[in-house]
Amino acid sequence: MSAETAAPHSAGIVRPGIGWALLGSELSVLFRRLRTWAMLIALAAVPILIAVAVKLSSRPTTPGRGPLFLDRITQNGLFVAVTALVVCVPLFLPLTVGVVAGDTIAGEASLGTLRYLLLAPAGRIRLLLVKYAGAVAFCFAATATVAASGALAGVVLFPVGPVTLLSGDTISVGESALRSLLIAAYITVSLLGLSAIGLLISTFTDVPVGAMAATIVLSVVSQVLDNLPQLEWLHPWLFSHHWLGFADLLRQPISWTSFADNGLLQAGYIAVCGALAYAKFSNKDVLS
Amino acid sequence: MKEPVPAELAIETHGLVKRFGHRSAVDGIDLSVPRGSVFGFLGPNGSGKTTTIRVLLGLASANSGEVRVLGKPMPAALATVLPDVGALVEGPGFYPFLSGTGNLMRLDSADRHALSSTRRQRVHDALERVGLSHAAGKKVRAYSLGMKQRLGLANAMLRPRELLVLDEPTNGLDPQGTREVRGLVRSLAAGGTTVFVSSHLLAEVEQMCTHVGVMSAGRLVAQGPLEELRAAGQAHVVVQTPDVERAAGVLTRLGLVPGEAPGTGSAWGSTALLGTGLNGLEPEKIVAALVAEGVRVRGFTVENARFVSLTGEGFDVVG
Repeated sequence: MSAETAAPHSAGIVRPGIGWALLGSELSVLFRRLRTWAMLIALAAVPILIAVAVKLSSRPTTPGRGPLFLDRITQNGLFVAVTALVVCVPLFLPLTVGVVAGDTIAGEASLGTLRYLLLAPAGRIRLLLVKYAGAVAFCFAATATVAASGALAGVVLFPVGPVTLLSGDTISVGESALRSLLIAAYITVSLLGLSAIGLLISTFTDVPVGAMAATIVLSVVSQVLDNLPQLEWLHPWLFSHHWLGFADLLRQPISWTSFADNGLLQAGYIAVCGALAYAKFSNKDVLS
Repeated sequence: MKEPVPAELAIETHGLVKRFGHRSAVDGIDLSVPRGSVFGFLGPNGSGKTTTIRVLLGLASANSGEVRVLGKPMPAALATVLPDVGALVEGPGFYPFLSGTGNLMRLDSADRHALSSTRRQRVHDALERVGLSHAAGKKVRAYSLGMKQRLGLANAMLRPRELLVLDEPTNGLDPQGTREVRGLVRSLAAGGTTVFVSSHLLAEVEQMCTHVGVMSAGRLVAQGPLEELRAAGQAHVVVQTPDVERAAGVLTRLGLVPGEAPGTGSAWGSTALLGTGLNGLEPEKIVAALVAEGVRVRGFTVENARFVSLTGEGFDVVG
C-alpha cells in the first residue's frame, strides 16, 4: 500500500450530473449476471419446446384445446411466438420478473452492497428509481426473448405466410411482426405493476429469496382471485386482470381498449407501490 | 461569497441516541473528532460503535441528538457531505459475481460527483494502493476475507476524501496486512485526511491514533487526545481472594469502587476483584485493611491502567 496519492480535498469534485452512469451500471450488473441469463434462456426454451412438440406430434391439434392459438401453428409459424407468450404469461414470466423485482433492494442488502451504494452516495430515491428501471428493462428483455425465440422457431419449423387474424382479416408477414412487437409491449406493460410490487416488498426485507417468493405468490393469488366469479367486483382491480387481454391486438382494426385499461391499471399499481416503497425506503435504517 | 471557515471538528455529535426497540444501542453520546486527527473509536463488540457510525453516515436515523459531519448537519446535508467521506462499514460488501475492478466501477458510478472519465484510472490506482492489482480481474467470489477487506479500503479511497471512516479495518488481515493498513492510515493522516477508525483492540488504536474515544455499553466513557487519556488512566488494584464479598466491603469503605476484574485470570480457587478510584491511597494500607478484616488475600497487584479497564478489552459482549 503506497502513500503518495494521499492528497485530500475535492480534487475529483465536479458539479453533479444526473448520473446516468448508475443506470448503466445497474443494467450491466443485471445482464452480466449468470442468473439473468439462465432465466432468459429458460424463457427462450418455452417457444422452442412448443414448436418442436407440435412439429413432432402426428395428431392434428384440435382447435379449442391447449393454449390459445396452438392449433394455428402448423398453418403459420408466426403463431409460435403468440402461443408461447400465452403460455408464459400466467407463470413463467411472473416467476422470472418476481426474481428480479424481489431482488432489487433486498439483494443489495444481503450482499452488503446497499450500504456502500448509499454511502457513495447514490441517493435513496435515485437508487430506488434506478432499481425499478432495471426491473422494467428485465420485463422487456424477458418478453422480447420469448417473442424472438418464438418467431425464430416458427420460421425454422413451419411455413410462414400472411396471418389470418381473429377478426378474419389477413395481414402481411411484416405487419404481423409489428403486431408481435405490440403484444410484447403489452405484456411488458402488464408486468410493470408486478415489478412495482416486487420492489415494494424488497424494501421490507434483507432476504431476497423471501421478497422473490412473496412477489411470485402474489402474482398467483391475483390470478386465482381473478378466476373466482364470486369476487367479480374485485377483478378490475387485480393487477393480473388484463394479462391475457392482448388478443385484442390481433383484430382488425386493433382494439386499443384493453391496452389502455391495462396501462392505466399498471400505472396505478406503480404509483401506489412506488409511493409506499419510497416512504419505506427513505426512512429505512440500513443495518444489513 | 466568502469561503466558509472550515469547522474545527470533522465529526460532532450531541446527545446522540439510537434505540432498537427498548434497547439503547447508542445512549446519548457527545463525540468530537478534531479535523486532521486519527481518532480511535474503541470499545468491545456490541458497545455501539458500528451503530454510531451508521448514524454518522446517515445509514440509520438517530432517535434524538444532533450530528454534524465536516461541519454540516447529518442526515440533512448527506448528499453534499458523503462525497467527501470514504467509508468501510461493518466489513466489506461486494458483488461476488463481479471482479474487483467491476465492483469498484459499480460503486463509483453510484456517486454523481465522481468523474466517469477518470473512473478507470482511479479504480486502478485505488487497487494498487491496497496491493490488489494482481487480483483486480478476479471475481470477488474467489477473494479471501483479507482481500475483500483490502478491496473495501480501496473503495473508501476511490476519490480524495476529507474524512475516512473505517470500521474495524484490520479485521481478517494478516499481520502484514495490519501493518500496511496502519501505514496507510498514517500516510492519509499526513496528507490532512481525518481518519475515524473503530476497533476493539486497544493495542491497534494506541499504535496509530492521535485521539481516542472509548465506548462502553452505548456510552462514550472517555475521549480526548491519546496522551491525556493515558495520563488520566487510573491506577487500580486487583485482589485475588476467595472472600469476594468481604473484600468488596473493605474496598468500598476505603472509597474504592469494587468491580469484576476483566481479563484477569483467577488463581488458587480465588476470584479476582477489581478496585478503581485509588485517589492517592497507598496500596499497602489497602492490604493492611483487608488482612485486618480477615480477608484471605492470595494475590494483590497494583496496575497503572491504561484504559484497559474502560474498554473491558477481551471478549466481553454487551447484550
